[in-house]
Amino acid sequence: MADAPTRLTYDYVTRTIARTLGNPTRGYFILLGAAVALLSVGIVTLLYLIRYGLGLAGYSHPVYWAVFITCFVFWVGIAHSGTLISAILFLFRSGWRTAVYRTAEAMTVFAVMTAGLFPLIHIGRQWYFYWLVPYPNERGLWPNFKSPLIWDEFAIGTYFTVSTVFLIMGLIPDIAAVRDLATGWRKKLYTLCSVGWRGTNEEWRHYTRGYLYLAALATPLVLSVHSVVSWDFAMAIVPGWHATIFAPYFVAGAIYSGCAMVITLLVPIRKLFQLEELITVKHFENLSKLCLLTGSIVGYAYVCEYFIAWFSGNPTERAAFWYRAFGPYWWATWTMLICNAFLPLLLWFKKIRTNLTALFVISIFVNIGMWFERYVIIVVSLAGEPYTPWANAVYNPTWADWGIMAGSFGWFFMWFLLFVKNFPAVSIAEVKEVLPPPRRSGARAHA
Amino acid sequence: MIPLPKPLRDLFQAAPTPGVLGVFGHLDATVDAINKLRAAGHTDFTVYSPIPRHEIEDALSQEVSPVRMFTLVGGIAGCAFGAWLTLYMSYDWPLVVGGKPVGSIPPYVVIMFEMTILFGALSTILGIVFNAIFAARRLGTIQWDPRFTNDKFGVFVPAGADKAAGAEGLLKGSGAEEVRRG
Repeated sequence: MADAPTRLTYDYVTRTIARTLGNPTRGYFILLGAAVALLSVGIVTLLYLIRYGLGLAGYSHPVYWAVFITCFVFWVGIAHSGTLISAILFLFRSGWRTAVYRTAEAMTVFAVMTAGLFPLIHIGRQWYFYWLVPYPNERGLWPNFKSPLIWDEFAIGTYFTVSTVFLIMGLIPDIAAVRDLATGWRKKLYTLCSVGWRGTNEEWRHYTRGYLYLAALATPLVLSVHSVVSWDFAMAIVPGWHATIFAPYFVAGAIYSGCAMVITLLVPIRKLFQLEELITVKHFENLSKLCLLTGSIVGYAYVCEYFIAWFSGNPTERAAFWYRAFGPYWWATWTMLICNAFLPLLLWFKKIRTNLTALFVISIFVNIGMWFERYVIIVVSLAGEPYTPWANAVYNPTWADWGIMAGSFGWFFMWFLLFVKNFPAVSIAEVKEVLPPPRRSGARAHA
Repeated sequence: MIPLPKPLRDLFQAAPTPGVLGVFGHLDATVDAINKLRAAGHTDFTVYSPIPRHEIEDALSQEVSPVRMFTLVGGIAGCAFGAWLTLYMSYDWPLVVGGKPVGSIPPYVVIMFEMTILFGALSTILGIVFNAIFAARRLGTIQWDPRFTNDKFGVFVPAGADKAAGAEGLLKGSGAEEVRRG
């Protein structure tokens, strides 16, 4: 944000962001109401699933990983760009991240919270969730640490914890800033949440150092988490899953979908909270460049997968990929290819990168495409197992699958909307950091 | 204020430290004041700022925060814990899975890595909290202004009645917008 208009002062930044925490408008309540309504659909569906069992979902042999696991991978993927923007771009010292990273980071935390629900829903008996914790069963047998599912649990658990503390750490100086402007119950809430922050040189000394190390730890973590998620599949010998390209392919896809989701969320938030001066078109352009980069990696990975399937000469592998593109699920595969590999090519044009309506529409298509990517990888690979032709089945999701999925969107948006109305959705301290500081001469040049 | 038992009171509600507080509107004036205070022999003053600035850090020539030791020790402890967790649990009830050795290091590296990050991050947070609390305890209860989280910089110089006038003159001379004694 080196080219920020000079009329932005520290005071203006604090007040503009603090204003977003004022009394909610009707539009906000309508959005929140819609989120809660969607969540209710999910809760009712879950109650049905608990009462009548997982048979209500469309599982059919051999497809026992289906929409719930698809949604799990989708939401974990969404989470990834938050840490990319907050940690990796922090280490790269890219100034433009300051205006958008808080939203992305909050999105990360809530997306992991949403993702975490799916393994629980998928196991069917949620009250046995603690079986996932490493403790010996009644025969003294411990969990199998050679299983990628256990790695996944450790990876997601660590990711959720670290991204939550990273979000909270970043929030502390900002909550202190809004605390000093707030009145009434908000003042009390922020006083409690700001843990006595005053901005002394000692506080900043430890804080900035600690923040740097958190970013340095979060960076390899974000790359590892989706690699581990990809190994849930790549470690199995199912054709279409058993590929070494899976880890980088999944990480790129995750960041791609996450950046698209950041655009989907920021366009309405910027409008709703009138943050046009802080979140500029330049920010969206940079986000769409990230989408273009990661989307190209994803497109390349698709080409690789098909090429290697053909080049390997392995009839099983070839059959699996033929089934994907031209089998009964051709529509899912082609939706994925068009939304993820072809549509984002429009982002090569600056006119489109700077047109927020176009970006918003493209970002939604990318999200749809990335959901279908996971659907294709998980469901279609299992359904079309060419080495067990007698076990083939065409799986179709039922109302229970869609109900739970709708509920997950409601759950995510509910937390997100509550967050942006109660805590600063744009980092106050970090936006000020990229502004020229006030100097006696009035010259507001960089130091 | 809520009355606290003694050890907590010492930690969180320390006795007020007498001194002079200067409120600054400009970064260069604040840096000026820091340089002048250091030249005059003051060492234990506190600087408030809404954001971290390298100019202030450089003027104070602070040592690097000890938080990094917390990160290092936490990370190593986490890695060791991950290794112990996986190997102990494998050998406690030895069971051959997939024809692999009972304790196979390559898959356990994943757990060791995740535990390194988890413990490293949590101990970093503890490092920040402990160091900030100890620093606050050393300073005692000092004057502060709510504008310091918005757009003003501040310098608090602990000074008894004899030294207060000198500190006050120094802060004013550096361009403080407002100087208060307390």
